[in-house]
Amino acid sequence: MESKNKEKSAERLAVSKIRCGTVIDHINAGKALLVLRILGIKPGSSERVLIAMNVPSKKMGKKDIVKVEGKYIGEEELNRIALISPNATINLIEDYRVSEKRRVELPSVVEGILTCPNRNCITNSREPIKSRFHIVKKGEEVRAVCHYCGRRICELDRYVV
Amino acid sequence: MRFRHLISIDDLSRDDIEYILELAEKFLPVAEGKKKEKPLEGKLLANLFFEPSTRTRMSFEVAMKRLGGEVINMTAQEASSVAKGETLADTIEVVSKYADAIVLRHPLEGAARFAAEHSDVPIINAGDGAGQHPTQTLLDLYTIKKESSLKNLKIALMGDLKYSRTVHSLIKALTLFGAEIYLISPPSLALPEELFEEIREKVRVEVAELEEVIEEIDVLYVTRIQKERFPDEEEYLKVAGSYKVDAKTLERAKDNLIVMHPLPRVDEIDVSVDRTKHAKYFQQTFYGVPVRMAILYEVLAENGS
Repeated sequence: MESKNKEKSAERLAVSKIRCGTVIDHINAGKALLVLRILGIKPGSSERVLIAMNVPSKKMGKKDIVKVEGKYIGEEELNRIALISPNATINLIEDYRVSEKRRVELPSVVEGILTCPNRNCITNSREPIKSRFHIVKKGEEVRAVCHYCGRRICELDRYVV
Repeated sequence: MRFRHLISIDDLSRDDIEYILELAEKFLPVAEGKKKEKPLEGKLLANLFFEPSTRTRMSFEVAMKRLGGEVINMTAQEASSVAKGETLADTIEVVSKYADAIVLRHPLEGAARFAAEHSDVPIINAGDGAGQHPTQTLLDLYTIKKESSLKNLKIALMGDLKYSRTVHSLIKALTLFGAEIYLISPPSLALPEELFEEIREKVRVEVAELEEVIEEIDVLYVTRIQKERFPDEEEYLKVAGSYKVDAKTLERAKDNLIVMHPLPRVDEIDVSVDRTKHAKYFQQTFYGVPVRMAILYEVLAENGS
């Protein structure tokens, strides 16, 4: 009990509550910045974002948390996080309270999120084309197959645009 | 219509494949010039070849013309000068308004699938880089059906099993027919592990030596071992020399064993094999014509007319 409290307080110290918006919790440790990239939050973006990395977690040992203030991120966009962090959870916050809580679900197809490592793939040419991958889960491992050239990739975080 | 475009053999079911092979059989006398049929009269095919290929291009042209259709060609040379700077997407948008179907060969993998997204008319993939070449697989299957049998088939695939997509596509298609497959290759050119695992779930597949299986197999499918896959010439010569078939190798073979090769060959099949009853590789190439007739008929006749 004491350790749980400690954990909670450490978490509180790391990231303060948001009034409304989206909290992405249970992100695999060290992947928070990739999550931002997947959500299209870049330098120059206007969202107010709180990030905590390597926060102690009972379930995961260490985890990352991302909080985006004032923005409800769409389901499809959030599900892309499953590519790099399949156990991530989403909390939608309204007036400091959790109004909805769910897990991310692996999408079956993603567009423009991953790059194909095959240099001879048409998606790496100067054609007007977006990358497109079919997502498959084999046991615990998440893999993606290029829609165009058929190249299979694992360790998807290496291929996030 | 069973399919609008033909991009990859993976898009076809066993039923689709059998249907195409039956249609090819129907067109065989037309392909041989023994019978006249012009179901594609008034149809125009565009051959877009961004990479040189004589055999595949000619074979499509013959198939289209034997069925009464006409052909316009863009060769690799024209592709580089005429369409300088133009994207494939734009070329396809334009040509798909001229022609009733497009045969495409392109150096980039996935080009055919992408082209289909930009085309008003059917796209037939005639090879996209190291990617798919579905008409080759279909003509391989037709050759097996015609000269041997797809039922209870025992087939050995020999040569470069690692990089040859011809082999990969054929193996996948063969699993649909429940073939028994033997893999013969130098260890450095063995079938990719993932594909091996995938087919092992469906059919009996074994790594073997040619001497061990030569008496049992119905089909020996030989592919070229490419020099550029080896760090040095000596290594290449050593490996290539031990994956060579000659008339003597075939002495212990079944009477009705057939030897196939996607051609061009270098020296993996000795010319002494050409004179044996086992040699079917030239016939195999010719079967590309009735098979491509069947495909053209499928996408054109039942579509536009």
